[in-house]
Order: sequence, then structure tokens, then C-alpha cells
Amino acid sequence: MSGSAVVSLSNVTKAFGGGVTALQSIDLEVQPGEFVSLIGPSGCGKSTLLRIVGDLVEPTSGDVVVNGKSARQARLDREYGIVFQDSVLYDWRTVSKNIGLPLELLGWDRSKRADRVREMLELVELQGFGDHRPWQLSGGMQQRVSIARALSFSPALLLMDEPFGALDEMTRERLNAEVLRIWARSRSTVLFVTHSIPEAVFLSTRVVVMSRRPGRIAAIVDVDLAQPRGADTREDARFFELVTEVRDRLREGGLDADRTAPGEGELVVGGETP
Amino acid sequence: MTTPGLVEPLPPGFLNRFGRGLRDWVPAVLVFVLGILFWEALVRGLEIQNFLLPAPSDIVETLWVERDQLWTAASITFREALGGWIIGCSLGFLAALVLARWRLLSTALMPYAVAAGAIPIVAFAPITNNWFGVTGLTSKVVIAAVLCFFPVMVNTLKGLTSVPASAIELMHSYAAGEFTILRRVRLPNALPYVFTGLKVGTVLAMIGAIVGDYFGGASGSLGVQIQRWTGIFAFEEAWAGIVVASVIGILFYGSVALAERRVMAWHPSLRGGRPE
Ligand SMILES: Nc1ncnc2c1ncn2[C@@H]1O[C@H](COP(=O)(O)OP(=O)(O)OP(=O)(O)O)[C@@H](O)[C@H]1O
Ligand SMILES: [Mg+2]
Repeated sequence: MSGSAVVSLSNVTKAFGGGVTALQSIDLEVQPGEFVSLIGPSGCGKSTLLRIVGDLVEPTSGDVVVNGKSARQARLDREYGIVFQDSVLYDWRTVSKNIGLPLELLGWDRSKRADRVREMLELVELQGFGDHRPWQLSGGMQQRVSIARALSFSPALLLMDEPFGALDEMTRERLNAEVLRIWARSRSTVLFVTHSIPEAVFLSTRVVVMSRRPGRIAAIVDVDLAQPRGADTREDARFFELVTEVRDRLREGGLDADRTAPGEGELVVGGETP
Repeated sequence: MTTPGLVEPLPPGFLNRFGRGLRDWVPAVLVFVLGILFWEALVRGLEIQNFLLPAPSDIVETLWVERDQLWTAASITFREALGGWIIGCSLGFLAALVLARWRLLSTALMPYAVAAGAIPIVAFAPITNNWFGVTGLTSKVVIAAVLCFFPVMVNTLKGLTSVPASAIELMHSYAAGEFTILRRVRLPNALPYVFTGLKVGTVLAMIGAIVGDYFGGASGSLGVQIQRWTGIFAFEEAWAGIVVASVIGILFYGSVALAERRVMAWHPSLRGGRPE
């Protein structure tokens, strides 16, 4: 375990009431500046893992260290920027005020806040929408506001839970490119949950493949595609190789889970893979 | 004007704010006028006795003739209703804050609150008159307050606690404390619910005040006057009193609804924008 990791999980297990083991023996280290994606079948514990890192859920056992301190301390020190699947914007605040919310809580004064909010609106290309209400924006624009809010106070760690899950393919690809651009500029560390294999490969420096019942890390795929990535990355032969590799690992993960928990696994896998 | 004969298009805001507003009102106003005319014709044509239904023209005339008495009556009864409304709504709101903060308390008390809310509280009117004095305003204020309390409390509590989990989690991720969450998330989220309670409260407060008056109220109050007039066969006067009570009720409700529009201009439902 190296001391410089932003996130370091060792032997993390999470059991919910009712005998659901959402996560079992998770070991994972995320280095500064990494973009790590979590991918796996629905219900394998991706969101739970993200919530444990963000101290929104307590692990049943195991250690979570973030920037050398406990997850709780990291949360109290406001080191997390979280982007949820639905953008979680407050209707009673304008777009600008939504973006400035964490800054208000941090006690920034008005003019400093206004400057940063303006910068953020530019970053996510929403200049001119600052005075709009969230519900006047499209889903993709709302999600960009939520990203701007998460980035506004330059948190050490960005946690994103399927931020583009509800968007169409075109918007999704455009926002992927935007996230990469923002990530490169802000030099933040990102933990990103997704259902989409191409999205995971396109964005990440590493893809963590998870399997379910119980949720475990089945494999970790290093993504050695050149930076910065763009439209041509998706045409790259290596991109397709990596997509195939992640898909294979996902499949193996599914089978593994089957063997360890035959009764349950059969039902679930049988229901999804023809 | 380079193109004579062409009608200049109205500025876009004009139609929205004024033209469409006016056009929206026309059918309602028409129905009102026709209704009154029909009423007048009915009473005159069928020669309906005035103790059953006086003609609108007679009522309007009485409104003018008895304006001083009606004004006094209205002001007494409105004071009862307003006082009760302010006290009942404030207490209901505070109770909701307390119940939202301490869940255990709310699970222990809510069944009783809901049951109490279903009690026809106006049935207590004669009793509160005994408790707080027949001729004073207090007993009527108390009934109006009790009537307002429950809808405001139940609605506010719903608004404070029906915040999506993710909206709270976001605040937790910023290490926000309970008070910050209350102020920045729970209260704004509860605002539409609070206003629903406040609006229902205006109606209930008027009912409470007038029914309270019926069981013996301050002399000259609207309820007392309506009853007295009916007793002495002054039906035009009684109906004039009823009209005044209705107008106060509508204005009371309307001013709260107007305040709602101003305070909640951000709300999607009031802007005619995307519904969700
Ligand atoms: N609060 C909770 N109480 C009980 N069980 C829970 C709770 N949250 C999650 N679980 C269970 O934990 C498991 C993992 O859930 P989680 O939401 O982490 O999955 P996920 O990988 O994010 O799935 P998806 O891709 O569908 O979002 C599921 O079996 C779920 O039922
Ligand atoms: Mg999830």
C-alpha cells in the first residue's frame, strides 16, 4: 500500500440487512490523477462502493483511506465532488446558485464566488444559462451543471455515479469528451461508475471490472490508449481490443459468480444471458 | 411604417402578460354575468319569495344601504379569522419543524394528529365560547386557529420530509449539518406544501370565525348579524352578509395565493415551462 494513493480500500465488505452481501473483500488503490471506472452488472455494488468511498454509507468491515485520512474526515474536509445519476439540482436555485452551492457552504465571499461560477459555466459551455432554472435545461445540460458544481471547489476526488446513464448516445459521447477535457485541465482524480463498456474504455486510465453476488473485483484492465483522447480514439484498433477485453472479463466475472453461488447465480445469469 | 396595411405584431411579452390574461378571463366573467342575470330573471319571473332567495339587485341595494353595519361586521369577523389563521398556521408550522427534527416524536404523535385533524372542530364552537367568553373575539380566534393548525402542520411535515434522498446526500457530501440542510433544502422543498396548508387555512379560518359567531359572538360580528337578520326576516340583509363573507373569504384566499406566486416564482408549475 503506497502512502500517496488518493483512495485506498483494503478488504472492504458491505452487507446490508436481509443477508445481501453487496461487496466482499474489495482491495483497490487509486493514484493521484487517475481516472478509474467501475463497471459490472446491475446490482454488483458499484454505487455502494462509490458511496463507501464518499462516506455516504459505512462499510461493514475493512479500511477506507482517502488522502491519508478516514473517509469521514475527508468528507468533513470537503474533498469530494459527487455527481449522481440524476443531476440533483435544486429547483429553487438558479443554475449559477446551484453551481455556487458548495462555495457558499465553504464560506466564499460573493465576488469570489461569482468569478468561480462564471469560470465553471464557461468550462461546461453553459455561458448565458446562469440565470436559468434547472428545469429549463435539457437533461444533458443539467448534468453539465451538476459536473460544474462538483468541480467548482476543486475537490481532491470526483465521484461520478453513472452521470450519463439517462442520456442518448450522441450526447453521451459529447459529454465524455467534455469530461476528459475537464479532467485534463483540472488534474483531478476521478472514480467513475458506468454501465457502458466503450464509455469506460474511452474515459479511463484503468477499468475495474466487478462481478456480483457477492460484489467483487473480477479484473482490472489497464487502458493504455494515448492521451489526449478524441474522436479518433474510438476508431483506434487498440480501443476495440480493450473493449473486447473488458467484455470478456465481464463475462468471466459473471461465470465466476455463478460457481461461487450456484443457486442465486443461475437465476440471475440465466435471466440475462441468452 | 414601411408596410401600411399590415398589422404590427404585438411584442411577445404583451400577449403573454396581458392579452392572454384578458382572454382567459372573458369566459369566466361572462359566466358570472349570465349567472347573475339568470338569478335575477328567475326571482322576478317566478316571483320567488325573498326568504327563499332575494333578487341580486335587492341584495346589491342592501349592500349599499347597510354598508356601515356590514363594514363593522366584516372587520370584526375578519379580525377573528385572521388572528386565528396567523396563530394556527404559525403553531402548525413550528410543530412540523419539531416533528420533522425528531422522528420518534413524529411517529408517536402523528396518528393522533391525523385523527385530530379529522375531528369536525367546529363542533367545539359552543364549548370554546364557554371557555374563552361568548362576546369576545378570543373564542372565535381559538376555533379558527385550531382549524388551521392541522392542515398546515401535516402539509409542512410532508414537505420537510419528502426531500429526495439524493438531495440530502449531496448536502452530506459537502459536510453540511442538519440546520444547513433544513434551511437550504428542507424548507425550500416544503414551501409549496406550506402554501397549500396556508390556503386551506384561509377557508377554514373563515368557517371557524363565522360558525363561532353563530353560537353567540361579539355583537355586530358577521355571523351574529346574519343570524339576527334571518331572525327578523331581513333576508336581503342576511344575504348581503353572506355576500360580504364570501368576498372576504375569496380575497383572503386570493392574497395568499398571490403571495405564493411571488415567493415561489422559481417553481416549475408556476412558470409554464417544462413540467418536470
Ligand atoms: N440501502 C440499501 N439497503 C439494502 N440493500 C441495498 C441498499 N443499497 C444497495 N443495496 C443492495 O446492494 C446491492 C448493490 O447495490 P448497488 O446499488 O451498489 O448496485 P449497482 O452496482 O450500483 O447497481 P446498478 O448498476 O443497477 O446501479 C444490491 O443487491 C442492492 O439490492
Ligand atoms: Mg448504481
